Amino acid sequence: MAEEDVKLLGVVGSPFVCRVQIALKLKGVEYKFVTQDLQNKSEELLKYNPIHKKVPVLVHNERPINESLVIVEYIDEAWKGKSILPADPYQRALARFWAKFIDDKVFGAAWKSVFTVNEEEREKNVKETHEGLQFLEDELKDKFFGGEEYGLVDIAAVNIAFWVPLVQEVAGLQLFTNEKFPKLYKWSQEFLSQPTIEECLPPRDPIFAFFKGRYESLLASAK
Amino acid sequence: MADEVVLLDTWVSMFGMRVRVALAEKGVNYDYKEQDLKNKSPLLLEMNPIHKKIPVLIHNGRPICESSIIVQYIDEVWNDQSPFMPSDPYDRAQARFWVDFSDKKIYETWKKMWLSEGEEHEAGKKELISIFKQLEDALGDKIFYGGDSFGFLDIGLIPFSCWFYTFETYGNFKMEAECPKLMAWVKRCFQRKAVSNTLPDDKKVYDFVLAMEKILKNK
Repeated sequence: MAEEDVKLLGVVGSPFVCRVQIALKLKGVEYKFVTQDLQNKSEELLKYNPIHKKVPVLVHNERPINESLVIVEYIDEAWKGKSILPADPYQRALARFWAKFIDDKVFGAAWKSVFTVNEEEREKNVKETHEGLQFLEDELKDKFFGGEEYGLVDIAAVNIAFWVPLVQEVAGLQLFTNEKFPKLYKWSQEFLSQPTIEECLPPRDPIFAFFKGRYESLLASAK
Repeated sequence: MADEVVLLDTWVSMFGMRVRVALAEKGVNYDYKEQDLKNKSPLLLEMNPIHKKIPVLIHNGRPICESSIIVQYIDEVWNDQSPFMPSDPYDRAQARFWVDFSDKKIYETWKKMWLSEGEEHEAGKKELISIFKQLEDALGDKIFYGGDSFGFLDIGLIPFSCWFYTFETYGNFKMEAECPKLMAWVKRCFQRKAVSNTLPDDKKVYDFVLAMEKILKNK
């Protein structure tokens, strides 16, 4: 097969980019990571993602794919190897549902819980985050959301496993704890320590410092 | 064993219409149950406890939620005819991207325009028109978004067309003037029975929205 040209436009420290890195690694795809400056967006980024102007963008043989979950499904379909989505249509529908739920209901709320100076907003989002995490806690029946092996939902939930504990510490919040969500917590430890996953995670300290800086700027600008 | 297919929906929902068009395209018989969203049924709450929203497809007792997920499910289960998804993974990704785009943008932007006035209303209107222009660009010169065949993205978008009269009337613009190619695509879609037999009359949709506005303004 002709040499494949695979590029990933991203930033280190983005949970959405991380999802794509995990999927590429799972399939053994060689790619070039092109670091973006989101404060000063490159022509390449604007060319490949004119609609949302965000990362990640996967560029495969010059053709761009956007939106992390769309990219992960694309990777699953374009390359052979370990399956990310299940084969059964009903299980696929459930996997897509929970992956979307994580984005629509849990992660957004968790982020807003931290990066706000409005106490009412914070309270509302903390409540929504807890409700969302409880649904995930109740849904987890096996070792992973994908069953004995991790799949789409686990990959989508890397946001919850790595980034939520990190940003909650920045703001001193108790969003996702072992006490409140024991099964989910156990899952997160298990998932993050899987070799493929571990290799795709960014280094914790610099990312923590980055988000702490953002949080402090936010507080300062509100005064 | 016969399939038992039930759809929990409301007649005016653009998202529910996606599912109805998909089922019609596949020739699937189903039991339609109109829902009262102000007084949610025990069945709806049982089948969609997370979001408590419609549409919900119940297939042999098992619920599937979220319209774009339901349409893909329908395509994968009733896979003997009329495939919705393109065969190339890249084209599939594009179709999923644009359905996701329409999910995130259209209804939210309409709401911004709907009951607002002045600058806010104008901004909403401008944004709504630009969204449809972007969708028109994505169509290009194709017959359907799916190329020669009516597919996932066509199903995802065509329900919004019965809301165009409402958008136009509230926003004081004409889709035909703003997006003529898109309107030509709408006409082509309506040549399909699955679309023309499913989508409600656009004046009925407008009357519904007008009634909703009265209720909201009287609160």
